[in-house]
Amino acid sequence: MIPELGHYALILALALALVQSIAPFVGALKRDGTLMQLAGSTAVMQFGFVTISFAALTACYVTSDFSVATVFENSNSQMPLIYKVTSVWGNHEGSMLLWVLILSLFGALVALFGGNLPAPLKANVLAVQSWLAAAFYLFILFTSNPFLRLPHPPFEGRDLNPILQDPGLAVHPPLLYLGYVGFSIAFSFAMAALIDGRIDAAWARWVRPWTLAAWTFLTLGIAMGSYWAYYTLGWGGFWFWDPVENASLMPWLAGTALLHSAVVMEKRNALKIWTVLLAILTFSLSLIGTFLVRSGVLTSVHAFANDPLRGVFILAILVAFIGGGLALFAARAPLLKRGGLFAPISREGALILNNLLLTTSCLTVLVGTLYPLALEVATGAKISVGAPFFNLTFVPLFMLLMSAVPFGPLLAWKRGDLAGVTQRLTAAFVLAILGGVATLAAQGAAAGLASLGVGLALFVMTGAVVDLVERTGFLRLSPAAALARARGLPRSAWGTAVAHFGLALTLVGIVAVETWASERIVALKPSQSVALSGYEVTFEGTTDRSGPNYRERVATFTVREGGVVVGVMAPSKRSFRTREMTTSQTALMTRGLSQLYLALGDVERDGAVVVRLYDKPLVLLIWIGAAAMALGGALSLSDRRLRVGAPRPAVRPAIAAE
Amino acid sequence: MTRRQRRLALIGVSGLVLLAAVGLVLSAMRDSIVFFVSPSEIVAQHPAPGTRVRIGGLVKPGSLARGSDLGVRFAVTDGTHDIAVQYRGALPDLFREGQGVVAEGRFEADGRFLADTVLAKHDERYMPREVVEALKKAGRWQEGEAK
Repeated sequence: MIPELGHYALILALALALVQSIAPFVGALKRDGTLMQLAGSTAVMQFGFVTISFAALTACYVTSDFSVATVFENSNSQMPLIYKVTSVWGNHEGSMLLWVLILSLFGALVALFGGNLPAPLKANVLAVQSWLAAAFYLFILFTSNPFLRLPHPPFEGRDLNPILQDPGLAVHPPLLYLGYVGFSIAFSFAMAALIDGRIDAAWARWVRPWTLAAWTFLTLGIAMGSYWAYYTLGWGGFWFWDPVENASLMPWLAGTALLHSAVVMEKRNALKIWTVLLAILTFSLSLIGTFLVRSGVLTSVHAFANDPLRGVFILAILVAFIGGGLALFAARAPLLKRGGLFAPISREGALILNNLLLTTSCLTVLVGTLYPLALEVATGAKISVGAPFFNLTFVPLFMLLMSAVPFGPLLAWKRGDLAGVTQRLTAAFVLAILGGVATLAAQGAAAGLASLGVGLALFVMTGAVVDLVERTGFLRLSPAAALARARGLPRSAWGTAVAHFGLALTLVGIVAVETWASERIVALKPSQSVALSGYEVTFEGTTDRSGPNYRERVATFTVREGGVVVGVMAPSKRSFRTREMTTSQTALMTRGLSQLYLALGDVERDGAVVVRLYDKPLVLLIWIGAAAMALGGALSLSDRRLRVGAPRPAVRPAIAAE
Repeated sequence: MTRRQRRLALIGVSGLVLLAAVGLVLSAMRDSIVFFVSPSEIVAQHPAPGTRVRIGGLVKPGSLARGSDLGVRFAVTDGTHDIAVQYRGALPDLFREGQGVVAEGRFEADGRFLADTVLAKHDERYMPREVVEALKKAGRWQEGEAK
C-alpha cells in the first residue's frame, strides 16, 4: 500500500508538472494573470506530492519492506536506523528521487519567495523549472522506478554496499544535490530572460542569491565528499581526480564564475550576455555530472548504476536541455541590450579575468574527464587520465587565478588604479615573499612548488585582510569609528573576504599535505612498534567484536610522543555477512590541525598485520578552508540587499518601466 | 579606448589564456596518460620498458606469493595469457585469487612488471569494466556472470 501511494504521488506530481510546463508559459505570452498565477500553486503542490513520494519510499526502507525491489537490493533489517534512512539515496533509483525532491523544493521556494518578481518572469521561470521536473519524473517512472514490487518478497534484504554504510552518506549526497539542483534556478531564470528577450540589473539581483545558495551547498557537499573519501578509502588521499569528483568540481568552477559575473551585472549592468550563458553552462555541467554518474559510463567507486536504457534517456534529457538552452541563447542573446562601459583595469576587468581563468580551468577538467570516453568511442583504446594530467593543466591555471584574487576587491569599479592597489598590497607581497623564502630555507630547493604555494596562500590571505582593513579604515580611523564602519560594512564584503581567505586556507592544507606528509607501510606483530615523524605507534593486539550486520576485528595501537602516551588508535576490518565483503575502518588522531592516519592492510602470516601509517600535517585546513568559503557564501547571502524575500524598493522603477 | 578596441583586447586575452590551456592540455596528454591493456595484448605488443600501463584481468588462482618485507607476486590472467606482477605494499581489501584486479605500473628492462597501484573490484557483484573487456577479448566472459 505505502509503495503504491508513493508511486501514485509521483505520477500526480508529473501531471502537475505537465500543467505547469504549459499554462504559465501561455499565460506569460498572453499576459493572462490567472494562468501565470497557476504556476505558484502547482509548484508548491508538486513539492508536496514529491515529498509524499519520498516519505513513502523512506517508510519502505525504515520498515524493511523487502517486497519493494530497491529495498531488497539495498537494505537489510539488521542495519542501524540511520543507514536504513540513508540507503534511500544510496542507490540509483532513490538518489534520483532525492534529485527531484530537491528540484521541486527549489521550484516551491521560488513560488513562495518570488512575490516581488514581475509576474511574467516568475511564470516563465516556474514553467522552465517544470520542464526539468517533468523530464526527470518521466525518467524515474519509466527507467528507475524505486517502487517496483517483487512477486515473491524475500525474507531478508541484500544490504547496502558496505562502503556506503557510513555517516558520510547522510550528508554528502543531499548537500551535493542541493548544489547541483540549486543551479537549475539560475538556468530557469536565464531561459526566462531569453524567452522574454529582456534582462536588467534586477534580474541579476534575483539570480544571485539562488546561485550563492547553490554554490554554498555545493562547496560543502564537495568538501564533505572529499573528507569522506579521505577517511574511508584508506589511502589518505583527499582528492583523486576521479571522474565522479570532477563531475562535481566542474559545476563548482562554473558556478563560482557565475557568482562573480552576476556581481558585475547587478552592480554595473554589464556582462549580461555572458552571465546568461554562464547560467546555462553551469546547470548544463550539473546535468552532465548527473549523466556521468547515473548512466554508468564511468568505472569508478561511485558509479553504481549500470543500465543502457537509463543512459540513453539521460542523454536525451541532456541534449534537450543543454542543446535547447544554447539554441535559445544563440537565437535570443543578440536582443539583450549591452550595458555599462569600463576600462580594462577595473573591478569589472578583474572579474572578467576571474571568469576567464575559472572557465578555462573548468574546460581542462572537462577535457580530462571526457577525453578517455571520446577516445574509447573513437578508437577503442582505453586510457586513464589521473592526477598527473590535472597537475599539469588545472593547477597552473588555478595558481594564476589565485595570484589575481587579492587585486579584484581592491580595484574600483569602472576605472581602477593598478599601481595604487599594488601599493596597498605591499604588506601582502612582503608576507608572501617571506613565507616563500622561509619555506625554501626550511625545505631546500626541492620544495620550490611548495614555497610558491605557501607564498600564494599568504598573499591571498593577507589580501583578504587588507581588503577588510581598507574598507573599515581600521588603521586610519579611531577604533570606535572603525568598529562602526565594520558594523556598517555590507555582509557581502565580509563574505568576499572570508571566502577568499578560506580558499587560501585550503591551499595551505593541500600544500602542507602534498609536501610534508610522511607514510610508513609495515607489517607489525603484537608489541612491535613503528616510528613516524616523532610518534611511536605500538601494536597491542586484536580483538573481535560484533556489530549489527557485520563482524569486526579491531586492532589497537598505542601512540607515544617522546615516550608519553598521547592516545590510542583502533582501526578495524569489518566483514559484512550479507555481501561477504570486507571494509577497512581507518583510525584518525587529530593533533591541532594535523592528523595521524592509520589503516589496516591485509593480515599476514603469524598474526602480523600490515598497517599504513600516515602523518598528515595541517590536513584539516583543506576542509576548514572549504567551510570558510561556504561561510563566506552564507554571510553574503545574509546581506540585506540580497535576502531572498526582502522587499527591494530599488527594483520598483525597473518594474514600473515595463 | 573605444568599445571595439576593448573587445579586441578582451578577445586577445581570452585567446592567450585558451592557447595556454590548450598547450598545457596537449603537453600533459603526451606525458601523463596511461593506457589500459589486457595480458594478451601485452604478449602481442611487447610494451617498451618504462611505459606506464594498467593491466586488467583476474588474479590467477595459486599464483599469489608473499615475499619478505611486504613484497607480493601474483599473475594477472585473461585466461589465455598470464603476466607476472610484482608489488610492494598493502593489497586492497577485496584482492583475492580468482577475482578481478587492475594493476598499474611499469615494465622493467628485464621484462618484469612492477606495479605501484593495485585496484580490486569494489564488491561481490561489481567487476572493473576494464577487466570485463579483457576477459571478453579473450573469449572468457559470459554475459550475466556479474554486473
